[in-house]
Amino acid sequence: MPSNRLPTGGRINRNQPVRFKFNGKSYEGFEGDTLASALIANGVSITARSFKYHRPRGIVGHGVEEPATLVELAGANASGNVPATTVSLHEGLSARSVNCWPSASLDLGATNQLISKFIPAGFYYKTFKWPNWHWYEPSIRKAAGLAAAPTHPPASGHFEARHAHADILIAGAGPAGLMAALIAGRSGARVFLVDEGTEAGGSLLNRALLIEGRPAMEWVADAVAELAQMDNVTHLQDSTVWAYREHNLLMVNERSPQNPSVIERSWRVRAGQVICATGAIERMLVFANNDRPGVMMASSAQAYVNRYAALPGKQAVVFTNNNSAYAAAADMHAAGVEIKAIIDSRKTIPKDALACVSGIKIHAGHVVQTTKGHRSVRGVVVAPIDGGRRFTVSCDLLAQSGGWNPAVHLFSQSRGTVRYDETLASFVPDQPAQRTHSAGAANGDITLDSALSSGAKAALAALNETGEMHQTANVPTGQDTPYGITPLWQVDAKGTKSKAFLDIQNDVSVDDVHLALREGYDNIEHVKRYTTGGMGIDQGKTGNINIIGVVAQQKDLPLQDVGATTFRAPYTPVSFGAIGGIREDSVLFPYRHTPITAWNHDQGAFMYEAGARWRRPGYFPRPSESFQETVNRECRAVRESVGVYDGSPLGTFELKGRDTGKFLDFIYTNVMSSLKPGQGRYGLMLSDDGLIIDDGVTLRLDDHRWLLSTSTGHADAINQHMEKLLQTEFPDWEVMITTVTSQWNNATVCGPNARKTVEALGTDIDLSPDNFPFMSFREGTVAGLAARIVRVSFTGELSYEINVAPRDMLTLWERIMKAGKPHGILPVGSEASHVLRVEKGFLSLGHEVDGTADAYDLNMGWIMSKKKPDYLGKRSVELRRRGTAVRRELVGLVPDDPNHQIPEGAPLTPGGKKQKTEGLTTACVWSVMNDRWVALALLENGHSRHGETAHVRLKDGVIPAKITAPVFHDPDGILLRS
Amino acid sequence: MMLIHCPFCGKRSESEFIYGGPVGADRPNPDAVSDAQWVEYLTVTPNPLGPVQEKWWHARGCGEWLTIWRDTRTHDIVEAPENAQ
Amino acid sequence: MQTYNIFSLARNALTGHQNWQKAWRSPPLKDQYDVVVIGAGGHGLSTAYYLAKEFGITNVAVLDRGWLGGGNIARNTLTIRSNYMRDESIPFYVKSVAMYEGLTKELNFNMMHSKRTMVDVVQTYPKMRELRRRQLTMDIYGSTYEQISTEELRRRIPALTGGGPDARLPVIGGMVHTDAGVNRHDAVAWGYARGADALGVEIHQQTAVKSILRGTDGAIQGVETNRGTVRAKKVVVAVSGHTTTLTETAGLKLPLRTMNLTAFVSEPVKPLVDVIVNCPDSGFYFSQSDKGEMVIGGAPDMGQSFRRDIKQHVFEDTVTAMLSLFPAFKKLKLMRQWGGHLDIAHDASPIMSKTDVGGLFVTAGWWGGYKAIPAGGLTLAHLVAKDQPHPLMASFTLGRFKHLDFVLESGTTTAR
Repeated sequence: MPSNRLPTGGRINRNQPVRFKFNGKSYEGFEGDTLASALIANGVSITARSFKYHRPRGIVGHGVEEPATLVELAGANASGNVPATTVSLHEGLSARSVNCWPSASLDLGATNQLISKFIPAGFYYKTFKWPNWHWYEPSIRKAAGLAAAPTHPPASGHFEARHAHADILIAGAGPAGLMAALIAGRSGARVFLVDEGTEAGGSLLNRALLIEGRPAMEWVADAVAELAQMDNVTHLQDSTVWAYREHNLLMVNERSPQNPSVIERSWRVRAGQVICATGAIERMLVFANNDRPGVMMASSAQAYVNRYAALPGKQAVVFTNNNSAYAAAADMHAAGVEIKAIIDSRKTIPKDALACVSGIKIHAGHVVQTTKGHRSVRGVVVAPIDGGRRFTVSCDLLAQSGGWNPAVHLFSQSRGTVRYDETLASFVPDQPAQRTHSAGAANGDITLDSALSSGAKAALAALNETGEMHQTANVPTGQDTPYGITPLWQVDAKGTKSKAFLDIQNDVSVDDVHLALREGYDNIEHVKRYTTGGMGIDQGKTGNINIIGVVAQQKDLPLQDVGATTFRAPYTPVSFGAIGGIREDSVLFPYRHTPITAWNHDQGAFMYEAGARWRRPGYFPRPSESFQETVNRECRAVRESVGVYDGSPLGTFELKGRDTGKFLDFIYTNVMSSLKPGQGRYGLMLSDDGLIIDDGVTLRLDDHRWLLSTSTGHADAINQHMEKLLQTEFPDWEVMITTVTSQWNNATVCGPNARKTVEALGTDIDLSPDNFPFMSFREGTVAGLAARIVRVSFTGELSYEINVAPRDMLTLWERIMKAGKPHGILPVGSEASHVLRVEKGFLSLGHEVDGTADAYDLNMGWIMSKKKPDYLGKRSVELRRRGTAVRRELVGLVPDDPNHQIPEGAPLTPGGKKQKTEGLTTACVWSVMNDRWVALALLENGHSRHGETAHVRLKDGVIPAKITAPVFHDPDGILLRS
Repeated sequence: MMLIHCPFCGKRSESEFIYGGPVGADRPNPDAVSDAQWVEYLTVTPNPLGPVQEKWWHARGCGEWLTIWRDTRTHDIVEAPENAQ
Repeated sequence: MQTYNIFSLARNALTGHQNWQKAWRSPPLKDQYDVVVIGAGGHGLSTAYYLAKEFGITNVAVLDRGWLGGGNIARNTLTIRSNYMRDESIPFYVKSVAMYEGLTKELNFNMMHSKRTMVDVVQTYPKMRELRRRQLTMDIYGSTYEQISTEELRRRIPALTGGGPDARLPVIGGMVHTDAGVNRHDAVAWGYARGADALGVEIHQQTAVKSILRGTDGAIQGVETNRGTVRAKKVVVAVSGHTTTLTETAGLKLPLRTMNLTAFVSEPVKPLVDVIVNCPDSGFYFSQSDKGEMVIGGAPDMGQSFRRDIKQHVFEDTVTAMLSLFPAFKKLKLMRQWGGHLDIAHDASPIMSKTDVGGLFVTAGWWGGYKAIPAGGLTLAHLVAKDQPHPLMASFTLGRFKHLDFVLESGTTTAR
């Protein structure tokens, strides 16, 4: 039996001993212990080193508020920076203190203590400047950072996410939360009860209180059992409501789901009403050496003796400014701790408090000025608060209480305002911003009776707002010491040079705050940032308000005017794994593909992401072929014989209705309404501020049905654009849009032998150029499949885009490959398509269309209708062209050296000098038709500069290139019409 | 993540919707306004510290475009102000 | 101004740090100044500093409704870079990056400037093409941007263990921008405030401007504040997010919308990542601060917003994307998250300009304006003092909207 374990009592399972390791040494505890309680039971006093000065630290708290002892857990689900007070003990647990070397009890970083007066708050800003910060940074980085960074994901298991809807979400299953849950649950409302502890009960777990004359934990057990019977209640323990978002969305992190393969579960709960019954957190008192191991929160000492049957000390002094520590003293006393004295800063001590502790020496109107001892507390120096003779009381535990801060974190996250309450000497919820209620200690109802009744009140209020009218509820009576406090923000530290800490985790002392104020950093946010107070992992749960108190005192302002700092999510740290949940990149970025993906893979295609989440074949390499050789081969097939590519990803929309022609005339720059059924037309789409947003071919299927195609990457945006116009601007126009991108797939056969190939497939469609000219379409049968053939061309060659239903696509494709075999047909990937379109000077969104160029710049003035009085972008393009800005116009570039490739994006500058650019290379390809590199560029006044030489500026050189028309193959477009 | 009321589908999470910008001035007849008025129509949109009427598209739902009044300070969905058109 | 160095620190240590001067004064508010700058953020403070330092205009008041340095400078992700696409933008950001590098000396205040390089993790060919496209134009202005292989990328970022060949979006390579860095954001505000104050500029916190006052001739007369009327012939609005709220009081409409952008930090851990990691295909970026926290940013929220808050679904998308490339971060914990609002212009480029109201100047539309603070302040001071735009910012005046001559940078990196 470890030395500090009580023989009986506690909520530990003595039949289940647990062995664990801490900083390499083996210890034993019990199931039900936390790492902290087990260490206390084993008499381990130094459990950590502080961040900046590496001072020895012990265990200060008993829950999420723990500021001092952060540990790294080893093993499969290792994580760092975990408060030892929140780690449930389990067999084989191995933990070590963060940020100390070689160990917590002997830490070489402690030499920082010797130079502490040279490193006050903000010292970084004043020094480490010479010769520069880079000199110092690596060693400073190494010193910072607490736990080691994770290097591997969890070895097994997965994270999970769930959605839930609740009429009432209750955060906290202490007396107030349980009371609220019982009332709400009994009414039939859907209740979601969440508590961060491993067991329900909240503060009742730690205190020896009675409800209706019985031990309070019996009432808790009954309540939990009753709730478990209710189908309408979801009750989660070891789960934290870590964020309170807009519209009553609350995020819950469930840390120990029933399913062992689920590491953690994330809940998104949308709640009708929220009850914050999150309790209160005890705050520290501020006096010299208040960080020494053995200085502990009074409620924590109480928790260790009551809940864990572990003695944090044998001889204790209690230092308080409020009543709650008296009950803690009484419980410690009952457990066998000798209470050497209670030091109370109040001159008059309420009778209720005194009633708890008969026979214990009480020094009213006294304060602890400092603690004595080296590696742990050996005694305290006590003096009257107004000055006077000092005396020493020896002890090995100082249990202290500076009062209670309602845990308003969630309430504050919800945008509720807080106000300083003089009676409680703390911030309490004021005006809720959402459908939020506060109950129990979180609402400032500190004592058991008031917590139970405010829990009931909150439940009734929440039910009334959900429409269930409930007037009353039975509330049991609890017995508790009434709360009373006189705030003490700091003990006057004159006479001691030792540091009095406000933020134990970040080593921020009263001196630091005073220095910040002296230097003019006098807003509370400045103080926080300059000193780093409250910026630690605990977000200052025990200390923040003391910083506000010290600032208030120094500036002689009420705390309300100093103001609370903002509480930000998360309430306590949450693993990113839990936040991401079960989703993975394939869910976040779902990909799209066509029915011939497997065929492409079989052919060895290099597949890649080609925009709008489509996976497409880039090229079809053959063994021992270079990339360029592959692309050239595919290009040559199209130019010299026949190739085929899968054009299915193009966005396709069917538009139907009386006003479709009018609508198309409005969204395209050219006239579409004059198309005859069976015809198609290329169109350009502008935004109303005159920028090109898309291009594509529109077909007229019959009088009222049109088929519109968009670029692959913009299909979704164009769908949105069209629906928005129709639904919000022209609701009386009769146009219906159906997305049919995935209803039609197409294989585009292109090249001089395209017609022969399609004929060989077998079709009832007359393919002769007279009867089936360019920019028209026919419906019929191809290779025995129902099909629509469209004569469009993105390559400049004779092309047949054969559209079939997706189920027929693979069949069609395979038959095309067979039919084209005599002509040496090749599948063509995106890379070759790019070359082919550049050779023709066909524009591409993202290349030539980069937001700056308009149709005139792109030699497409013809597409800007002069006849139509109005269409999107018309007025803006006119206005822009009336301006004085020099236009960059599309030209071709032919490098003087045919083997000189121009990098895409390479700038053109006058004379090739390193200066402001006059143009930009938008694309450059090896042209198989010209046997040289050719490029497209946007160049200032380019249209009037054909024949001149432009200069491409490289890093260390210039490529001279002749300016030409932006077309390198079949300039008159004879082939595509053939 | 807000809850937005779709007239067809009821209250749905914001993640089902795509934002469509504030409701600005009606599109003027381009031939009937000055350059400056045209530019203002295109580029200046309401940006109030308070309720704004805006368009949302229930893109991952029924496809309806709808408008709501939303307070930009709180993200509360509010009633249309009395002086609103 | 009291000098900060190791000697003054040692000297003060011996006197218990009792004799440090205030970093800035709290003078009484006068009723007239030559220039009133609204907004004691990065841009407002640096503008005031350069007005005094470079143009000798010291009768300047910087007014802020809250605390100095409390706006977006307190909320950004520290990144400083100059990898832009266009001639209009690159030289300005190159200048700003260079000024940042000298700022510690300039202001005698340690900015903890750390030129730690930005590395783009590229996962699609279209993105690689788009990024590479700016490389040679950047080179003209002395900014570096180099492509690296996947192997080199993983060598530089050992924590990048995801994005393998079988991943949904395999990593295909990277781009390296060695000019990029980070520095301590609060120090920028404090350093400029201290520097400006020493030159005679007055900083008035908790001084909220209610409206901008115009005379009968329409020109600026001053501002109405919660502490009374303050007169000035020149007023500068440098209040990211709230620009239109203020300019509308002067009857001025601007092509700006206010948006919310969020960031978050992990718990502090020992050094793991040395460079600024930017993942444009996955939509997030991060760097590890000197305190050990991963400082992470993602995509902006949809919709106009003056509420500094988190959209859970946007946040989860960012986290999911991050975990796919950095799976070990599943065990890393979120420590804090926050939002900040900024205004974005119709063409998504900044506006630094005179306005139709004589004497009223605006600097707005900074999306990622942290990196622009030094050069932004210098060029705005130039504009205010000389009534002419600084050559580096000549393309960013409101005049560009007259003929819809947008500056389209096409927001291609996620790292703002």
